[in-house]
Amino acid sequence: MSQIFRPGANTVARAVLAGALLSVPLAFLLGFALVRSPYATGVGIAPPQPVPFSHQHHVGELGLDCRYCHTSVETSSAAGMPATYTCMTCHSQLWTNAAMLAPVRESLARHEPLAWQRVYDLPDFVYFDHGIHIAQGIGCSECHGRVDTLALTRKLKAQPMHWCLDCHRNPAQNIRPRDEVFNMAWQHPANQLELGRRLVDAYGVQTSQLTDCSICHR
Amino acid sequence: MATNGDIDAIRAQLAGRNGDGLWKSLEELSQSPQFPAFLERDLPRLAPLWRAPVNRRDALRLIGASLALSGLAGCGRPPPERILPYVEQPERVVPGKPLFYATSLTHAGYARGALVETHMGRPTKVEGNPAHPASLGATDIFMQAAVLDLYDPDRSPAVRRHGSISTWTVFLAEVADLRARLRRVDGAGLRILTGAHSSPTLAAQLGALSAQFPEARRHVHEPGARDAPRRGARSVFGQAFDTIYRLDRARVIVSLDGDFLAGMPGCLAYARQFADLRRAARIADAGRMSRLYAAEATPTLTGAMADRRIGLPARSIGALAHALAAELGIASPAAAGTLPEAARSWLRDAARDLLANAGAAAVIPGDQQPPAVHALVQRINERLGNTGRAVLHIDTVAAPADRAGTLAELVEDMAAGQVTALVVLDCNPAYTSPLAPELARLLDRLPFSAHFGLYVDETARHCAWHVPARHELESWSDARAYDGTASLVQPLITPLYAGVDRLGFVAALAGELETGAHDILQRYWRTRRGAGGFERWWRSSLERGVIEGSAFAIRSPALRGAVEELPPSPESSAGYELQVRLDPGVWDGRYANNAWLQELPKPLTKLTWDNAAMLAPADAAALGVARGDLLLLKIGDTAVEAPAWPLPGQPRGSIAVHLGYGRTQAGGIGSGRGFDAYPLLAPDGGVPWLREGITVQATGRRMPLATTQHHHDMEGRDLVRRMTLEAFRRDPRQLEQDATAQPPAESLYPPYDYSDNRAWAMVIDLNACIGCSACVVACQAENSSPVVGKHEVLRGHEMHWLRVDRYYEGTADEPRTLFQPVPCMHCEKAPCEYVCPVGATVHDSEGLNVMVYNRCIGTRDCSQNCPYKVRRFNWLDYTYDQERRGTLAALRNPDVSVRSRGVMEKCTYCVQRISAARIDAKKEGRPIGDGEVVTACQGACPTRAIVFGDRNDPGSGVARARANPLNYTLLAELNTRPRTTYLARVRNPGSDAGGASPADGDDGATGDGDADE
Amino acid sequence: MAPRAMVTPMSEHELAPVASPRGDAVLAPGQTFATVEAQIAASVLAGSRRLWLVGIAGFFAVSLLFFYSVTYVFAVGVGVMGVNIPVAWGFPIANVVWWIGIGHAGTLISAILLLLRQKWRTSINRFAEAMTIFAAGIAGLFPIIHLGRPWFAYWIVPYPSNMGVWPQWRSPLVWDLFAIATYIIVSILFWYVGLIPDLATLRDRSTRRWQQVFYGSLCLGWRGSALHWRRHQMAYLILAGLATPLVVSVHSVIALDFAVTIVPGYHSTVFPPYFVAGALFSGFAMVITIAAPLRAWFHLERLITPRHFDNMAKVMLAAGLIVIYGYAIEYFMAWYSGDPFARYILIRRALGAYAPAFWVMLACNVLLVQTLWLRRVRRNVWLLFAVALLVNVGMWSERFVIVLSSPHRDYLPSAWDVSFGTNWDYAMLVGSIGFFFFLMFLFIRWLPAVSISEVKELVREQREAE
Repeated sequence: MSQIFRPGANTVARAVLAGALLSVPLAFLLGFALVRSPYATGVGIAPPQPVPFSHQHHVGELGLDCRYCHTSVETSSAAGMPATYTCMTCHSQLWTNAAMLAPVRESLARHEPLAWQRVYDLPDFVYFDHGIHIAQGIGCSECHGRVDTLALTRKLKAQPMHWCLDCHRNPAQNIRPRDEVFNMAWQHPANQLELGRRLVDAYGVQTSQLTDCSICHR
Repeated sequence: MATNGDIDAIRAQLAGRNGDGLWKSLEELSQSPQFPAFLERDLPRLAPLWRAPVNRRDALRLIGASLALSGLAGCGRPPPERILPYVEQPERVVPGKPLFYATSLTHAGYARGALVETHMGRPTKVEGNPAHPASLGATDIFMQAAVLDLYDPDRSPAVRRHGSISTWTVFLAEVADLRARLRRVDGAGLRILTGAHSSPTLAAQLGALSAQFPEARRHVHEPGARDAPRRGARSVFGQAFDTIYRLDRARVIVSLDGDFLAGMPGCLAYARQFADLRRAARIADAGRMSRLYAAEATPTLTGAMADRRIGLPARSIGALAHALAAELGIASPAAAGTLPEAARSWLRDAARDLLANAGAAAVIPGDQQPPAVHALVQRINERLGNTGRAVLHIDTVAAPADRAGTLAELVEDMAAGQVTALVVLDCNPAYTSPLAPELARLLDRLPFSAHFGLYVDETARHCAWHVPARHELESWSDARAYDGTASLVQPLITPLYAGVDRLGFVAALAGELETGAHDILQRYWRTRRGAGGFERWWRSSLERGVIEGSAFAIRSPALRGAVEELPPSPESSAGYELQVRLDPGVWDGRYANNAWLQELPKPLTKLTWDNAAMLAPADAAALGVARGDLLLLKIGDTAVEAPAWPLPGQPRGSIAVHLGYGRTQAGGIGSGRGFDAYPLLAPDGGVPWLREGITVQATGRRMPLATTQHHHDMEGRDLVRRMTLEAFRRDPRQLEQDATAQPPAESLYPPYDYSDNRAWAMVIDLNACIGCSACVVACQAENSSPVVGKHEVLRGHEMHWLRVDRYYEGTADEPRTLFQPVPCMHCEKAPCEYVCPVGATVHDSEGLNVMVYNRCIGTRDCSQNCPYKVRRFNWLDYTYDQERRGTLAALRNPDVSVRSRGVMEKCTYCVQRISAARIDAKKEGRPIGDGEVVTACQGACPTRAIVFGDRNDPGSGVARARANPLNYTLLAELNTRPRTTYLARVRNPGSDAGGASPADGDDGATGDGDADE
Repeated sequence: MAPRAMVTPMSEHELAPVASPRGDAVLAPGQTFATVEAQIAASVLAGSRRLWLVGIAGFFAVSLLFFYSVTYVFAVGVGVMGVNIPVAWGFPIANVVWWIGIGHAGTLISAILLLLRQKWRTSINRFAEAMTIFAAGIAGLFPIIHLGRPWFAYWIVPYPSNMGVWPQWRSPLVWDLFAIATYIIVSILFWYVGLIPDLATLRDRSTRRWQQVFYGSLCLGWRGSALHWRRHQMAYLILAGLATPLVVSVHSVIALDFAVTIVPGYHSTVFPPYFVAGALFSGFAMVITIAAPLRAWFHLERLITPRHFDNMAKVMLAAGLIVIYGYAIEYFMAWYSGDPFARYILIRRALGAYAPAFWVMLACNVLLVQTLWLRRVRRNVWLLFAVALLVNVGMWSERFVIVLSSPHRDYLPSAWDVSFGTNWDYAMLVGSIGFFFFLMFLFIRWLPAVSISEVKELVREQREAE
């Protein structure tokens, strides 16, 4: 009886088998790539804001302190967003009729809050506390990067859980002197680890406790 | 198939959506009008789901399931969120930090001080105000549940006229006309009906109103009003007094159906004082405790705590009081003959102890008892010299009933046509009275009638006008506590609905439209106190939550007249006697729409969402009925159907029912639950709480009753350790040697090291716990535990993290009742931890057994392996209904995760409070102090039965409690090494266990009462 | 034709006579390669379609019930099933244990009996293996259905997630994943390798083009050369070696889910062996349940002889006796250990809310099995079929009793409650059975239900014996 397959069929068969075997690891790799991609993490994406506020201008050039707007960053879990009044302290004098600032003036006039788009959005089941991190010598730029260089605010670092854990397992690698916390330009010295260990002791950071689930999840 | 109209409309809405967008649009769809119709037609199987609130979203999910596959809702970024900063930052408001304000919450007219936690303007949790005499830092279930009432979506949102929406200004216009008409006749025909209230300002306002309209009359209607005690006082003192107690001065307490631990305005204070003489610490140190004799007509918390309890039909309590008086040589030894032997021995011992402790004892009659009993008891206390020490008299606090008429009189006058205008001020007589039907009929015919209250309730439906009241947490007011102490009520949130302040409303009636409640209040207190330094005084009163030195003076009136013989108690006549009591959960029905209180297991029956006819197990057997069988209760021509509930300790021949159910206009939660017992009340006159000669028959039908505890016997397992005081004195260390009370030394699991850390632990004192369940509601409020509804409770799906177990021992006629609160034990060697495949429940470095909701995949192996069964599972999406009704979502504690469907949850020792304290301490570079972390249950507990703290700190309260010889571990033989331990219950029954009157050489009890250290 | 060239490591030192001493063969006399091949191949390539169509349509309908109810449970939540707080494990767990158990017989027959050179396995191993795969596959679904958040089931898999956390290795539920997954993979490989020569036969016998292509591509270019056969036999033996330990390990691991807890009624060291025995017990019952009708339908009386049924019944009896021993030892330990909690629950099992299931279990698994001592029962196919059916019922109720009754009366009486299956539970149980037979029907239609090549081998040996 006649042949069913042409010789080429063998190659096809082998290719199919090989493909089937390879597809599994490939699928895994694709998954990993996806969840770490900017598409999923939102790194580098500047969401549209009512006012194109520039940290570069206000912080980098004018040298405003973070706490001028984010007032509760030391005292509370939430860093706090500036009330319209805070904006108007200056902008009632400067750029008083810049089109760019119209929404701010309206907010004041109508007494309706400005609606900013979140840039850093941790899941609701994560209880991050700004105050304690600052008290324990974790600088703003550790998590937020050089915000003072951004014309439009965008996420500079993704914050997956393992990234939090890296620091919570060994804070010495990221901790800095308290008085440098708000210094955006601060660089880790060569002897960071040695310095870090000293600060961890000095600030009474309880490393044994930092990886408890209950530290962040309630 | 659907008419294409629907389909197309829905398609149009869905057009161009995908991923999260698709999901969201499906959500929006649920609101779209044509959706339910479409659902009914095309997916009839899902329609029921759709109607059931809990499952609504799941119907959507089911439809969306197919689309969802293409939607890939899981991947990508979370949906964008917005941040709305203030326009103008209010002072002292820090985002993420709660603020506490002192205010007062009233219950049946009496104030209890509260500190209310608010998050950026949202009241979320009520704590007790330590400075307030009626709270002493504790709360009861009603205070805890007040926040839920505040956010209740069923509250009345608008002024109504004849059922249709109207406005406040229209109402004011009509009031102006009314006033004009009334002024001509000096207010003749105007009647004002209020519930019991103790607000000095309101009283003054009403006084002013009466001055304007001399012919107007006031009536007071309060189902829980305490008339009998006052009438009794008047008959012996010639004037009405409120009798209050100082139980920390009473070594012997005899309760004649007096439920002072739950049923009285001062119950929180009484419970604390009572517990102070009985808590384990004192027993261990002094080897002494007070003794409580309780005779009761239906099981109460007081009876459950008694060292010597007897159950007697309500009709025989009078005879008992008389016999007691006779034993003490006050009355002629007449009535005692009718008493059963058990009662007589009880009586002899009680009398003996009373005499031995004369001056350091208290006899407490029940509010439901007739005035004659109260009169007699006044004489007994006087004779024993208790009056002035443990028993005190003060002027009446709540709305003096003597100057005002009753509801019955009002109805009479209305029938006689003497009433032209009626104003009903927060009370609901068209439901809370046996006269309700008649009143309703008369109301409909009334030219002018206005109802002022939180809900459009039964009364509002029959009034021409309804004006929505503001909740206490929204309004300015004041009120007095059980001892007369006045306190201010301040608003903590801008009104959620277009409500009116009570003071503002009454002012409007008085023709004063401009001044708001705040000014009215200040004006009153200025006149009371003088303008000098008023502002500072005002601020401090607001901050403290109490007005200094406003407590009523102690009176010492002289007895007059002779002992009047009691009306001979009718011998157990043909039928049963029927007692009508206020419900421990929904009270007189005013809390019927509060889901927390509906789902809270009633302390003794553990029944939820219903009321029942409680009868003696023996009677149930005689009638051949079991739990849930419907009974027909007939008296005269009124008949009510009620499910039977055989209750151990209920006296034979006596049936007890609870009020507050069978409401028709309570709202989504409370309407149509249980049966209405008001028709069974005696239309005033006689003893309103007791009906004789009621006939009972089984209907042969049943109804399901949802209870959270099905088994009431300990099966011989030593779960609630107990001993008599004598046994304890003989061998105080017996529990420490008992292998089954202390965990074995060795374990296969490696130990954790807490040497350089805190080790949280909790100790629950079973001597102090009175089973009131305040802790349960507090836990629910603090941790935003969902309410699941009757149907789910029936299926064993209730979600309370903390339950109060109730066991019986002894006979069904004279049981001993044992309470045991069971939170998570936070085991050192936790069986739940090693079986979780994803490590969602783990140990933390302070020894907490933490539950990580967001890691849980719902295998439920942890719950299977938990010997204490304290874990709760989100079987269905229980939180969604709250999400939909926005106001309820605002109630959630922002410091606690909202648990999704399919996730395990349990008591966390209030880990959110622990980490808040830890963070503050770390910022200030200091250790966390003892008592700095207070769990929700601990804070609510009226008797301080719960101690929480750091076991490693030898000075801490919890460390001391664990060192108490009464300390034991639940199911110690399993070697789970719980962090939660118990202090064994000690009873002091006295003679039947061999003498030892609490008197011997003891004056510790006669101190000024601040016995708690 | 390939079979002529057949020289296998097995047949070289194969001396045992095919006929048993008692004279009833595992293969009816007078068979030739041709007849065997024709008959088995016919069941696939030709034969009555109507009956098959009716059957598969029916079972497909029942499978739809399964998928509908599963979708519903996923959409609404596990709360619609009969589970609550003391009894947090319900039907799905009982079903896992039951289905996994059923699979075991197949592996025993194909792997262990192969290594033991048991002739009588040859004509039943193929569909027994198919049964194993389908049963194990369905069993693998139920743990996921059981989960509160099935969409996160993959968190049990150890992989470097960006949460930076791993599974909790002390939990037996993690071992389950590996036990069941390994079991399914090895079973499929074993089954497929065994199929290859037969697929080639079908390729050669089929006349339609699409059939030739279909079977042709499945048999991976099998030519039946001596080299093919040597390698094939080698691979087959190795896989048998791999599969053998699984017969014991898989259900032991499942048993540990229960044994490692402290729940009275779960916490018992006898569970692993007792579960394995139960597995073989129910497994062989299922094989008989399938074999009897299959034999009648395709007239395989000459291939599947009473001898087969006799042997299977004997294995069932043996396994059954171990199960009975398990029951006995549970009660003995409860009494002997003096553990009041264990005593209490075992008494409640027999007298409490779950008593009916308990007594069904005893009736089927203890009493009924005793009939297998009688040769008459073992030889009477339809009688045996009835017994097997009831044993399946009995074994399911055993799983039910163990899983649900144990926690309903555990340590604190205040927490005691009962829970029974809802309609959704029953829908999923019945549906899964329907799905199972749906798959079996597909199998017997598209693949040879009896191994052609191995039976041919029997034929050759039969010849040599003559």
